[in-house]
Amino acid sequence: MSTNKEAWGSRVGLVLAMAGNAVGLGNFLRFPVQAIKNGGGSFIIPYLVCFLLMGIPLLFVEWSMGRFGGKHGHHSTPFILDSMDKRKFWKYLGVFGIFTNIAVAAYYCYLESWTLSYAYHSVAGTFAGMTQEGVNDFFTNYVSLGTSQPIVFWLICLVLNTWILSRGLSGGVEIVAKIGMPLLIFFGVFLAIKGVTLTAGEQGAVNDGTVGLNFLWTPNFDTIWEPKVWLAAAGQIFFTLSVGMGSIHCYASYLKSKDDVALNAMSAGWMNEFVEVVLGAAIVIPISVGYLGIAKVTELVQNGGLGLGFRSLPFLFQNWGPTLAAVAGFMWFGLLFFAGITSSLAMGTPVMGFLQDEFHWKREKAAWTFGLIILLLGAPAVFFFNEGVFDEYDYWAGEVALVVFAVTEIILFSWVFGMDKGWKEINAGADIKVPTFFRFIIKYITPFILLVVLLGAMPGILEKIANPKNSAVMIARFGLLALYVGICYVVFLAYKKRVREGRFH
Amino acid sequence: MNNSALMMWLSTVLIVGSFCGYFFYRVLTAKKKSEPDSYSENDEQA
Repeated sequence: MSTNKEAWGSRVGLVLAMAGNAVGLGNFLRFPVQAIKNGGGSFIIPYLVCFLLMGIPLLFVEWSMGRFGGKHGHHSTPFILDSMDKRKFWKYLGVFGIFTNIAVAAYYCYLESWTLSYAYHSVAGTFAGMTQEGVNDFFTNYVSLGTSQPIVFWLICLVLNTWILSRGLSGGVEIVAKIGMPLLIFFGVFLAIKGVTLTAGEQGAVNDGTVGLNFLWTPNFDTIWEPKVWLAAAGQIFFTLSVGMGSIHCYASYLKSKDDVALNAMSAGWMNEFVEVVLGAAIVIPISVGYLGIAKVTELVQNGGLGLGFRSLPFLFQNWGPTLAAVAGFMWFGLLFFAGITSSLAMGTPVMGFLQDEFHWKREKAAWTFGLIILLLGAPAVFFFNEGVFDEYDYWAGEVALVVFAVTEIILFSWVFGMDKGWKEINAGADIKVPTFFRFIIKYITPFILLVVLLGAMPGILEKIANPKNSAVMIARFGLLALYVGICYVVFLAYKKRVREGRFH
Repeated sequence: MNNSALMMWLSTVLIVGSFCGYFFYRVLTAKKKSEPDSYSENDEQA
């Protein structure tokens, strides 16, 4: 018997944990930048179309697959996929649902530790009186490990994540979601109101906050039929919902077999959209444009949202006076921290579920083993950040692996498992009536869009393979490959063990 | 803000906010399902 007796304490806790899993730093830092680069306000049209045709269907599929696997005692994707078809290779494709979580958590926890550290420095007044260059240099020095602080905060973050995971779903993850998500929304609303109500000429602002909103939301309908805009929209929807990772399957696998998945999936999905589109679009850009002007922000967004969030905002908050700057800095990095930790906790549960199911490990042992793996795999991303190891992990695990796994699961669900059974799974215990057109979308449209996204990414993948940046990146790449192969081997051992013990669905 | 930007922003906030609020309200007010007597009763597939 599995030692895995986890369960959700409440439905709201589950929905908040799922929404927390989806809400990440990208909601606040990536979405506004993507919108500006791809048509401004008109970007929302392909974005919401992709949410309808790819995001929601994938949420239905992953929640249903998870609950289906849970009925057979599986809480991680290798054996969830295995339980859906008799062919034996699916479990090795299901390895993506373990691999991705480990590899992403390895660098994501480091990113999360920056937010914790910056929240501390905001309160401690470190940025007070610093020039823009000073704040910029602080960040450069930080990621170059000019002091031991990044390591200390990284270790604190790792231990905190592991400790919460060791408390279990209802006693750890769910409590963090119930505290973290409302706080995140409160902090977000406060900063959004501050950003939008900036007034030119007051507190050093050169523009009203609405100038930033105008900059972001003015539609450029000429771009709406450009393939690159649609690819960007599909990519944003894909990454913002945390689909293709295996963490949604794992969370849903702890549902009871007649529990609803349809309404829960819609609620968690739309909550993520609210945080991204309503709050995410109303903080970074209005504040940055308010103080730096449109020309400078246009230049800065070319380098992504991370620069704006860490190199600019701590400086811009200083215009609000020392007390409010400390409060705003704490809220900004606090909301990023909550966005991060609710996601990284979701990355730990599939790995723990696998170890508990297959090797009968106790929860604490599984959690600390996960923590140790993240420490070992994350160390190269920390120590060779400037060599590009962090970005390499992000590219292969945080982008490519997600799309490959999503293509795999949608084909398995709609074509192999079959839409008849699949549709029944989605609707079993549903508290809402799922519109019938989703049946057609899940079978034909979503796989098509995912294949287009994968094919669209192919030139970039081939270019990456052909042009490794340096030897550190090459080693990281082989390390990730070894990780995948290693997990396949452990899954093979688990399968043999199941056969020996006569434990099969 | 110009009219088109204002329209895009307000309509998006309204649509996304309404769906988010509606589904979360449905979750909060959904009736709790009674537990089945046994696992097999709880599972048509098993």
